[in-house]
Amino acid sequence: MPVVKYMQVSGEITEVDVPLGSSVMQGAVDNMIAGIVAECGGACSCATCEVYVDDAWMSAVGGACDIEREMLEGLGEPRSNSRLSCQIEITPELDGLVVAIPG
Amino acid sequence: MTDSKEGIVEQTCIIIGASHAAAQLAPSLRQEGWEGRIVVIGDEPHLPYHRPPLSKAYLLGEKNSNDLLIRTADAYSRFNIEFRLGERVASIDRDRKCVTLQDGSALPYDKLALCTGTRVRTVALAGGQLPGVHYLRGIADIDRIRQHVRPGEHAAIVGGGYIGLETAAVLKRLGMRVTVLEMAPRVLARVTAPEVSDFFERVHREEGVDIRTGVTVERFEGDGCVERIVLRDGVVLPASLVVVGVGVLPNVELAEQAGLTVDNGIVVDACARTTDADIVAAGDCTMHPSPYYGRIRLESVPNAMEQAKAAAAALCGKDKPYHALPWFWSDQYDIKLQIAGLNVGYDQVIVRGQRDTGRSFTAFYLKGGKLVAADCINRAQEFMLSKRLIAEGIAVDAMQLSDEKFSLKSLFETAPQ
Repeated sequence: MPVVKYMQVSGEITEVDVPLGSSVMQGAVDNMIAGIVAECGGACSCATCEVYVDDAWMSAVGGACDIEREMLEGLGEPRSNSRLSCQIEITPELDGLVVAIPG
Repeated sequence: MTDSKEGIVEQTCIIIGASHAAAQLAPSLRQEGWEGRIVVIGDEPHLPYHRPPLSKAYLLGEKNSNDLLIRTADAYSRFNIEFRLGERVASIDRDRKCVTLQDGSALPYDKLALCTGTRVRTVALAGGQLPGVHYLRGIADIDRIRQHVRPGEHAAIVGGGYIGLETAAVLKRLGMRVTVLEMAPRVLARVTAPEVSDFFERVHREEGVDIRTGVTVERFEGDGCVERIVLRDGVVLPASLVVVGVGVLPNVELAEQAGLTVDNGIVVDACARTTDADIVAAGDCTMHPSPYYGRIRLESVPNAMEQAKAAAAALCGKDKPYHALPWFWSDQYDIKLQIAGLNVGYDQVIVRGQRDTGRSFTAFYLKGGKLVAADCINRAQEFMLSKRLIAEGIAVDAMQLSDEKFSLKSLFETAPQ
């Protein structure tokens, strides 16, 4: 099972096994990772599951779709590596993925 | 109280209702430091699941019941949360501090959380019991509805609210001939402005759904199974599948019988406490204070989650009042509707964008010149900005809101810090 590493602002990292086909958001919800609220449960409707994708993983993760980008832009100050974690599906290529939780 | 293996008296928190609120409350209790037992009692055979996709992706067949789970079984095990599924609580005895299940067994509690949610409002019409006439609330309802989906045949939706319209959109995509029957003069009459109702009526008609407003259903008819609907004005419509979506009622009976204060919902404070210090309530079943809108009862997943966190803290003796801005969403066809705030008492509607053509605009609701809500249709960014504008109480100008060339983002730059 791929491992996803969730990093808090404090630098604390929680490593979690997330099943293939699941999402970075669901891995966080199943492990009560602080800062990933996920109010809409993955419908790309709330932007409460924002993460910063580690630069080394940006190309493997890929970009946001139009709606997701609009949501991120409405958040205030999204970064170039901001993504909604519900929209990042877990694939074998993402084993070891590092994401940071906004403070 | 029960004795644990170590001989230390262990406390028990019982959560009634395996709902969205429960899925948040139980692990949040652990995070707040609750070390005793946590037992969730639910009458459906499922772990807590996402209900919003029922009338969307689940009915469409894009998601299965496993995909709907809010958290996996493993996740609850990790937090040592026990479930008693397929069981119903018959009563609460606050003096003896125990709940009695329908099979007569009694379970003692130290702390109790009511996450009982809502149930569908039913219609008392002749033929309402015929096979093929359905309500929509749980997985089992959708599974039954799906058995009656036949491309080319007629489906009728009774009720032009969000559930009705979402269901109509999905049944249309599944190839059925769909009619929506709404008693009010327009769809979504209870929740949106006429401008937004007009838009949704147009979209559904463009998609080939027959929308009929101002009509009253008289009865359902059929030989062993529903075959047609008779309206009060005598019109008869064929329908081999009927879905009734005419709202929900809060499940307050257990609380009421236990002597807790109830008023169109279990009355709680900002920390989700009921009138009994050992009992909290969270989710659609509660009547709670909102810093924005007074005392309200919401049918909303985000509300259930946020209130559940406050409730978990309260059960551990901490005050974490919740004051989230209500918000909602609905997906129909290629439309993502996101609603920020509640439009209660609005006196002005400002439309940004074209609502008569295309499928993208925002309707802002103002009350005394103050922004209280926004219906954002395929305008995700404006939804996000509206949430912040309302929550932060930033002053808006009607002319600017309607002017597409005016950047809503700039409102934050000029706002006093």
